[in-house]
Amino acid sequence: MSQPDIAHVAHVCQAMRRDIIEMVAAAGSGHPGGSLSSVEIVATLYASVMNHDPARPDMPERDRFVLSKGHAAPVLYAALAEHGYLPREELVTLRKLGSRLQGHPDMRKLPGVEVSTGSLGQGLALANGMALALRLDGNTAPTVFCLMGDGELQEGSVWEAAMAAAHYRLDNVVAIVDLNGLQIDGATCEVMDLGNVPEKFAAFGWTVMTCDGHSVAELQDALERAKAATEGPVVIVARTMKGRGISFMENLCDWHGKAPNADEAERALAELSDQGE
Amino acid sequence: MADRATREALGATLIELAALRDDIVVLDADLAKATTTVKFKAAYPDRFFDMGIAEQDMMATAAGLAVGGKTPFASTFAVFATGRAYDQIRNSICYANLGVKIAATHAGITVGPDGGSHQMVEDIALMRALPNMRVLVPSDYLSAVAAIRIAAQTPGPFYVRLGRAAVPALYTESAEFELGRANVLRTGADVTIVACGGMVWRALAAAGMLAQDGIEADVIDMLTVKPLDADTLLASSGKTGAVVTCEEHSVIGGLGSAVATELGLNGPCPMEMVGVQDVFGTSGDPEPLMTHFGLTASEIAAAARRAIGRRTA
Ligand SMILES: Cc1ncc(C[n+]2csc(CCOP(=O)(O)OP(=O)(O)O)c2C)c(N)n1
Ligand SMILES: [Mg+2]
Repeated sequence: MSQPDIAHVAHVCQAMRRDIIEMVAAAGSGHPGGSLSSVEIVATLYASVMNHDPARPDMPERDRFVLSKGHAAPVLYAALAEHGYLPREELVTLRKLGSRLQGHPDMRKLPGVEVSTGSLGQGLALANGMALALRLDGNTAPTVFCLMGDGELQEGSVWEAAMAAAHYRLDNVVAIVDLNGLQIDGATCEVMDLGNVPEKFAAFGWTVMTCDGHSVAELQDALERAKAATEGPVVIVARTMKGRGISFMENLCDWHGKAPNADEAERALAELSDQGE
Repeated sequence: MADRATREALGATLIELAALRDDIVVLDADLAKATTTVKFKAAYPDRFFDMGIAEQDMMATAAGLAVGGKTPFASTFAVFATGRAYDQIRNSICYANLGVKIAATHAGITVGPDGGSHQMVEDIALMRALPNMRVLVPSDYLSAVAAIRIAAQTPGPFYVRLGRAAVPALYTESAEFELGRANVLRTGADVTIVACGGMVWRALAAAGMLAQDGIEADVIDMLTVKPLDADTLLASSGKTGAVVTCEEHSVIGGLGSAVATELGLNGPCPMEMVGVQDVFGTSGDPEPLMTHFGLTASEIAAAARRAIGRRTA
């Protein structure tokens, strides 16, 4: 990706951060911390890595995105709005009765949501199943990208799926770990230490890459290489910061599942416009 | 007394119990703030185990602690406690009749904006079906305290269902609670309203509406869904000849099903069920959602009128 393209994605990231703050503030509840830590990952996927067409959300050759950490729904909705899957004005209906923007993504409500998630630890198996179905159909073009939280990796089902992806040599599966070091009850290393995440995936037979999860350039490079891989599943362990971009939310468990009040939202948006200049 | 959520009773009561008993230990799965077990963690850090986001591991570990002579309380949201870890509960806890006390919070629709993935309306059904398991669904803060104490005092597995949203106080400090005994909160000869959890105060409100039209209702707080208090139920239904059940749960397998089974076998009479009609929840604020799913006092009153109408028809 050229420098101007990277600058464009970085610009999109700021727009998505604004959307996340505005929609969570309007909802009065939701998960800003883990949405903000995933912004560059999701933005890079939708803006430059994934083959997708908002006009044809069911296009067979599209790449698929599974938001296994479903509580970060706002980052997905922000990306979908950015790319025209839904009108931006609809974002503020998040979590309201009758909205297509459910608290956790619902594939039966919103086109562009590939699969319903919300119960942690199931997305990788869903991705595997989708990848196996593509293989059975002889549809070799798509890659299934699956974004997981680091706390989420504590679910045993993640490792059952990791084992299966390697066993079936699913080179059309790319997992991304949002390694922000925090879950709800505290730091992952204090709540339930994950140990060395890259080594764990390597031991399960995966190709492992690591990168700065807030660098569009590094993400772009890693995601493209992972997409092109032909030797079984690839995981990108992306080092991130929870709440990234909003000074008073950064690296704090408190902002995992709490909406900013009107004053906090205003301060957050002001910070984002400063950064945008 | 101010409205309080039943989940708030959890952390507070566990601390009280732990002061008296060394065997009380607590496990959570990365939701200690929301379940309120974080209070226990602060007071008894050595007897608290955060298992991370690993509910299945938490339940089987709790079973192991019970084998080792401890009285573990395992806590997380109802959807993950019962759904994710069902086989651990079945095969490691209930099959061996181990004294694991599952204290699940955020049950039902009033979870609100998190939506259908988190609004657990099948947990009573899952837990009721298990041999050895007892199911308690307290209706206010004090009855929640009592339910947690009963679970701690009584051998064997328990499921205590707690809510996220604040509910009005229905009991005073002098109220008595007993496993297998329902509490009759209001008496009347015309219709029996049986409710549990956050539907009990709504049932009382419905009884107030009905009284304005001269219809007098028995309102039974069936805190002890399993074992069900069949004596209190049948005594009331025998008197009124019309029954309404109310629950923040699916009409399949919950309180309504338990009451229907009891009435069908031992005292058939017209019955109506107020509950979630075999659908998943959805995002929204708690009270509008309760209206959306027909879980309101006026729906209960309407169901009571239908039940009475069927009796006299
Ligand atoms: C099976 C399951 N257990 C518990 C939860 C509740 N929960 C939602 S988010 C979360 C913490 C997630 O931490 P992490 O995976 O690190 O996500 P991030 O930091 O990226 O937000 C928990 C415990 C859930 N959604 N699913
Ligand atoms: Mg995390």
